[in-house]
Amino acid sequence: MAELLEMLGLSTSAELLSLRPPGWGYNLLRGLANSLQIALGAFGLGVVIGLFGASGKLYGGKVTRDLLAIYTTVIRAVPELVLILILYYVGTDIANKISSAIGGGRVEISGVVAGIWVLGVVQGAYATEVLRGAIQAVPAGQIEAAKSYGMPAWMTMRRVTIPAMMSFAVPGLANLWLIATKDTALLAVVGFSELTLETRQAASSTRAYFTFFLAAGALYLMVTLFSGVVFGRIEKWARRGQPSLRGGTR
Amino acid sequence: MYSNNALSFVPDVAALEEAIRVEDLHKYFDSLEVLKGVSLLANKGDVVAVIGGSGSGKSTMLRCINFLETPSSGKIVIGGEEVATRPDGSAADRRQIERIRTRLSMVFQQFNLWTHRTLLENVIEVPVHVLKVPKADAIDRAHALLERVGLDDKADTFPAHLSGGQQQRAAIARALAVDPSAMLFDEPTSALDPELVGEVLTVIRDLAAEGRTMLLVTHEMKFAREVANHVVYLYQGRIEEQGPPAEVFGNPQSDRLKQFLSSVA
Repeated sequence: MAELLEMLGLSTSAELLSLRPPGWGYNLLRGLANSLQIALGAFGLGVVIGLFGASGKLYGGKVTRDLLAIYTTVIRAVPELVLILILYYVGTDIANKISSAIGGGRVEISGVVAGIWVLGVVQGAYATEVLRGAIQAVPAGQIEAAKSYGMPAWMTMRRVTIPAMMSFAVPGLANLWLIATKDTALLAVVGFSELTLETRQAASSTRAYFTFFLAAGALYLMVTLFSGVVFGRIEKWARRGQPSLRGGTR
Repeated sequence: MYSNNALSFVPDVAALEEAIRVEDLHKYFDSLEVLKGVSLLANKGDVVAVIGGSGSGKSTMLRCINFLETPSSGKIVIGGEEVATRPDGSAADRRQIERIRTRLSMVFQQFNLWTHRTLLENVIEVPVHVLKVPKADAIDRAHALLERVGLDDKADTFPAHLSGGQQQRAAIARALAVDPSAMLFDEPTSALDPELVGEVLTVIRDLAAEGRTMLLVTHEMKFAREVANHVVYLYQGRIEEQGPPAEVFGNPQSDRLKQFLSSVA
């Protein structure tokens, strides 16, 4: 193994990427774990916001619909980097103001919480539209059947609309998840040690830019490939009972 | 329970037997008046067939009975209980209308089975989740009902893998699973291939024979004549003629009904 790396001229890279100091591999993995933690949290928050947002847009009153239209339009209009800067600093500022108002000192907002909150709000705007489209794609007759058998609105949502819309929503949600994993890189600007920031630190400390950014790229790629497998399974489950477009449904 | 309705204190035999009563039902879609004052009575055990041309309002009338469409005005009384309405005609008490709906099961033209659930899951869905029947009991009953419509071997199949006739029979099993006091059929065979109509009509015929109360909107005149004990002919949102099938089909009075019957014969 060592000889092979030596022969390929990669022994320095292997050393740099080693998990034990002086290698930076551990730092990169720690960054990846932070990125995934934020991506998962933000995606989850985004889907929850999206469900309420889509329901509100479809079934809500005029005020609700207008407010949601403002939310989705503004969030989707402003570049995410700008939103992150705004939401992060505004969020910290508000937290501090509240803290000093009730007589507390300066609060340190955890990077993870801030990251999840900021990206979740962004994801929620996109998820609202993804889920709204999916709900509208559910055949009206299925919802009508639930209604005609006396199902209350919330039970209809839970037992009929959400399961029936899943197959329409999964491809869009898979997109959002992948965007979430990569949007975590933007949190580097507010100094959160996710994968990209860890990579940059490792690279600038060792001057081995190529090695480290290639390694980070490989890690992002692995996340994407793994996500593809997971979402493939979810989609197969969500499409249960539906004829395949390729034929041979049985 | 106390009721403001004085009638409910009178142990009227006829009132006890009453299943569905519609009084002076009007329905507008924007400015278009689709129902212009329809009144109808179905007693327990009655099979009422509603016939009429396309756009006569027959489906709309059926859908107003369980408030899938909101009546613009009029009175709907199910099993002696009047559906409370707001001034705009919509159901005033969500719980009441939900409770009433569980007693009226509907069979749709397009079946409307839940496609992400197997036939068995479709049949137990409402008993388990709405009526809170223990799941094991609901499953036993669902198998018996699927058996009855000839589909128990398909219990674990998804609707999309079945023919239209099979889906409609499964939908009828779903409708029976709530043990309804009356069943509403909205053109149950209109979306079926001609060779599949018979199997669905056989099931409905059996239900009629066992004394189920049914309101049946249909284009199958021969079938209506055979199973119904009362036939209602709707024309442009009004009841043009009604009576026993032998009268309505055998001796139509109005020119419109004569014309309609000759056009569909």
